Amino acid sequence: MVVLKLVLIGVLAGFFGALFGVGGGVVLVPLLVVAAGLDQRRASATSLAAILIASIAGVATYALHGQVKPGAAAIVGVPAVLGVLIGTALQQRVPFRRLSYGFAVLLAVVGARLVA
Amino acid sequence: MTVALVALIGLLAGVLAGVFGVGGGILFVPALALGLGLTQLHAEAASLLAILPTAVVGSWRQQRYGNIDLRAALIVGIAAIGGVQGGVILAVSLPESLLRRLFGALLLLTAVHVGWRARHGS
Repeated sequence: MVVLKLVLIGVLAGFFGALFGVGGGVVLVPLLVVAAGLDQRRASATSLAAILIASIAGVATYALHGQVKPGAAAIVGVPAVLGVLIGTALQQRVPFRRLSYGFAVLLAVVGARLVA
Repeated sequence: MTVALVALIGLLAGVLAGVFGVGGGILFVPALALGLGLTQLHAEAASLLAILPTAVVGSWRQQRYGNIDLRAALIVGIAAIGGVQGGVILAVSLPESLLRRLFGALLLLTAVHVGWRARHGS
């Protein structure tokens, strides 16, 4: 029955990821922990690999609808590779909790601007 | 100048993704929409493409550490392809302003999630 759960998780994550243009790790990681019984670290890593497949499918599907702008993607996507390497290295050394509140405030401010 | 600023946000999004494991995409989309003036739909499509290099590098490193449950990743990933079709069809058919508002709501929910996780420590 774990297979069926994984299929449902995949369909759900693919739907929301494509609808909003995000990887969907926010929902994927907890679902993999709760429904598939993976530990946090394996869930994060596994979600990343699944997101890779889902994002390729998402780009291909948006491209069929003529919506993909590769130049714009490169402007954020290329620096982000460097950023993620820095972030992973920093992960163990930063004051996680205080940074989390800062990140949450940032998301809330941008979110409020888009909703209004 | 704006392009340099948006690239800097891309770098920051990568750092935050590395630290929190919460994707770059959630910051790529507003950076592209508000910073470069893309439509919400174009920003979302470009964001999915921008996620790829990071996901490739991240998956490669995690694979070397032996952290990926390959069977689970394949089942979830392949099933996701079906969900993706529905998500894209809905995104292209929704009015631009509604799609943007829904994305804003997603950001607010993620803010609550990140704050809650910090408070309850995990």
